[in-house]
Amino acid sequence: MTTTADIPLIATPTAAKDETPVMTKVANYTNKGMGKYIVWAIAALWTVPTLGLLISSFRPEDDIKTTGWWTWFTEPGNVTIDNYTTVLQDKVAGRPFSEFFWNTLQIAIPGAIIPISVAALAAYALSWMHFKGRDTLSVFIVALMVVPLQMCLIPLLRYLFAASWFPNALSGTPSIWIAHSIFAMPLAIFLLKNFIGALPSEVIEAARVDGASHMSIFVKIVLPLSVPAIASLAIFQFLWVWNDLLVAKVFGGGAANQPMTYALVDMVGNKGNEWQLLTAGAFITMIVPLIVFLSLQRYFVRGLLAGSVKG
Amino acid sequence: MSTLTMNNLQKKYPNGFVAVPGLDLHIDDGEFLVLVGPSGCGKSTVLRMVAGLEDISGGDLLIDDTRVNDKGPQERDIAMVFQSYALYPNMTVEGNIAFAMKLRKTDKGQIKQKVAEVAELLELTQVLDRKPGQLSGGQRQRVAMGRAIVREPKLFLMDEPLSNLDAKLRVQTRAEIAKLQRRLGVTTMYVTHDQVEAMTMGDRVAVLRRGVLMQCAAPSTLYESPDNLFVAQFIGSPSMNVVRGVVRSAGEEGIVLEVAGQSLALTGAAAQRMAGLAKYGGQEIAVGIRPEALGGDGEGQITVAVDLVEMLGSEKLVHASIDAVAVRAIDTGVEIGTGTSSTMIASLDPRRDVRVGERLTLSVDTMRVHAFDLQTGAAIGRS
Repeated sequence: MTTTADIPLIATPTAAKDETPVMTKVANYTNKGMGKYIVWAIAALWTVPTLGLLISSFRPEDDIKTTGWWTWFTEPGNVTIDNYTTVLQDKVAGRPFSEFFWNTLQIAIPGAIIPISVAALAAYALSWMHFKGRDTLSVFIVALMVVPLQMCLIPLLRYLFAASWFPNALSGTPSIWIAHSIFAMPLAIFLLKNFIGALPSEVIEAARVDGASHMSIFVKIVLPLSVPAIASLAIFQFLWVWNDLLVAKVFGGGAANQPMTYALVDMVGNKGNEWQLLTAGAFITMIVPLIVFLSLQRYFVRGLLAGSVKG
Repeated sequence: MSTLTMNNLQKKYPNGFVAVPGLDLHIDDGEFLVLVGPSGCGKSTVLRMVAGLEDISGGDLLIDDTRVNDKGPQERDIAMVFQSYALYPNMTVEGNIAFAMKLRKTDKGQIKQKVAEVAELLELTQVLDRKPGQLSGGQRQRVAMGRAIVREPKLFLMDEPLSNLDAKLRVQTRAEIAKLQRRLGVTTMYVTHDQVEAMTMGDRVAVLRRGVLMQCAAPSTLYESPDNLFVAQFIGSPSMNVVRGVVRSAGEEGIVLEVAGQSLALTGAAAQRMAGLAKYGGQEIAVGIRPEALGGDGEGQITVAVDLVEMLGSEKLVHASIDAVAVRAIDTGVEIGTGTSSTMIASLDPRRDVRVGERLTLSVDTMRVHAFDLQTGAAIGRS
């Protein structure tokens, strides 16, 4: 993972030396001796259920119901995509499964972008703008992390989303975005503030002397430098919203706005013995997070590293 | 082209710490002023107040006779070079240099032309499309300079811009910056803790101690006639030898000092420039002699015991002990050493044969003897 050395965050000669590729060290260690085998064993063990799910979803109904997924290896030719076509055409609460897939996308993308945008702005303000009570405000926001989500569901619903002044246009899917944004805010601000606040102050000051306003500093300097932190946070938030059922169910209203998790739960209830459909449905819900994760994992690794190593 | 004026400029921190109790300083149009002092003397704080990065607690800061205390850094039309260069790591060299002009929405063709000019001047043309991370230390330093000069600001501020370079490059860049400043004629304030940088670069040098201006004068004036013990010992390397002495007599015919039990007579012009010593008849004072005022031509004489000889090629530094107590300027005033002897350093002709352990009689250039008040550290001169 020498990619970590690509973008030095501080333009000083001393900082250049600090970019010791820690991940390379870790990789060297794990590539040697027992470490290598242990890592492979753990990775394999972790992947087995997913692999089983994937294989099952392509097996014919009769096979799934009579033999274990591993018996597929004895007759690998026996595959079908019937399960997928059935699930996608299947009706849940009178709506096709594919509609729930689109619902989830509509919930998850803004549900990740909105809170992170707001949190990044807040993190910048709390780090680099001077105003009275800034530190108290930061502590207060971080302290909100201890409030459990479940505790807020009813008050939020009653006094915000179901209140008479709440605009109708925001009910349904936008309500889910807002709720997710609210719940994500403390952690997102905390993580981004740690990162943005640790950017070298001289770079920010240089930009101010160069004539940049706070907004230009944020957009042209802080945002590009915070890509690792923002990307890793975006993955977390996206996965969380994608897999969420509770918040959507509480704030989303009817089935028209519900995500795929809702449809899956419904299928478990109504089609509990139609395993083959459940496996296909479950795999459809997994595929997008997998793509997101694999395409952003480059930043993800770097983002995790960014907190621990200087820069 | 601009002037910078500080009237009773103050910096007090909320915890009560006073970094700058009140500074009066004026920089002329096109002048290169170096602010120098030991670490923690408040020189960077002053620079940051001028830049607008630090709030001003009191007094006035004027750029071109306009009060700018309450203006943000972006409104002051200044350019600053930081110690760490503070380049924008996500932008190319070209992007770094053009950043300020892009913010001002300068015409694109004009930006390109200006950047090319500056790159040419600083020999950065080859690396314009590289990121700061791919540059050497010297190149980064030049990018930081380029970012400052491309804007043609009213004022250059430089905060120890050479301290991250290796010794050889530092000497080279030092000369280049001084040359560049003279060529561009931009009013410049330069902060450093290195007195050699201060002496070589500045039109005038301001020496700061705990936020108080000790002296502000041309480098040669600081060296030849320091106002006080602090400046005398801060400027010059090796620093001035200062020991306790007594004024034996001071009158029309001349002055006789006693140092380490030996008499040092000042007559004629040497006595006239120290006429102020008349008031100190019979009292103890601090006597200062620079290493190079020992061992050349001179009317006075002083005998010392050689402890160590350092051959530097161009000169020979002799460390010798003398039976007089050392006097040192410290942060809070004047410190008189303990014990009965101290070490003096003399800079001698490298061909002169000096052996460790011998008793050596050095001639003293009486025109270059300095005297300081033991309590205040103030220089005693004509009056």
